[in-house]
Amino acid sequence: MIKILYFAALRERLGTAGESIELPAGVADVGGLLAALAQRGGEWAGLAAVKNLKSAVNQEMARQNTPVKDGDEVAFFPPVTGG
Amino acid sequence: MSISVQEADFDVGAEIAALTAGDARAGAVASFVGLVRDVNDGDGVSEMTLEHYPGMTEKALEAIVAEARSRWDVYAVRVIHRVGRLLPQDRIVLVAVSGAHRGEAFAACEFIMDYLKTRAPFWKREVTPAGARWVDAREADDGAAARWEK
Repeated sequence: MIKILYFAALRERLGTAGESIELPAGVADVGGLLAALAQRGGEWAGLAAVKNLKSAVNQEMARQNTPVKDGDEVAFFPPVTGG
Repeated sequence: MSISVQEADFDVGAEIAALTAGDARAGAVASFVGLVRDVNDGDGVSEMTLEHYPGMTEKALEAIVAEARSRWDVYAVRVIHRVGRLLPQDRIVLVAVSGAHRGEAFAACEFIMDYLKTRAPFWKREVTPAGARWVDAREADDGAAARWEK
């Protein structure tokens, strides 16, 4: 299982703050996970194309090629706007 | 505790006093306080809500402070960032740094703010006369952070 979290505008758009799913077959990194999620269609279809989409794996900033493995916590969110 | 993410307001004077209490090495304290404005992108703002990523937020701030400490010889660092509902003029964030002299204190304080703006997972949602909207990230903030790239 992996835990996926969604924040801010992305959370509202997808209608969920997070979920736990089995790591989809063949998914090895953040980009692969995004592609798998996009296959759900609807709002999910545009996920991989969201401008400046940011991600984190196990609470560290990640990139498309950051590895994802069973047990990881992955988060997707818009660019941060704190401070 | 040098890093706090909290809903409550903070006392700037008390925080700065605590930073150097009992530390006679310190000859300088540099601080930054961020406030909620009543306008953004030309629209009035009546309130905002700050969302964050509990767990990652604290880790990200700790990493930013550790990076600042590795670059400058500073003594004490305090970072407080508020979350939840805030009104115009409310304090959002405090960064305070003590050091022997002003140079390293100013630099470390500015560095921490610039990295916080681009690397700490906070998101602002503001209420305007036209409704609520998520605040867009600013390219100027990326530029400010990029100045510190080695």
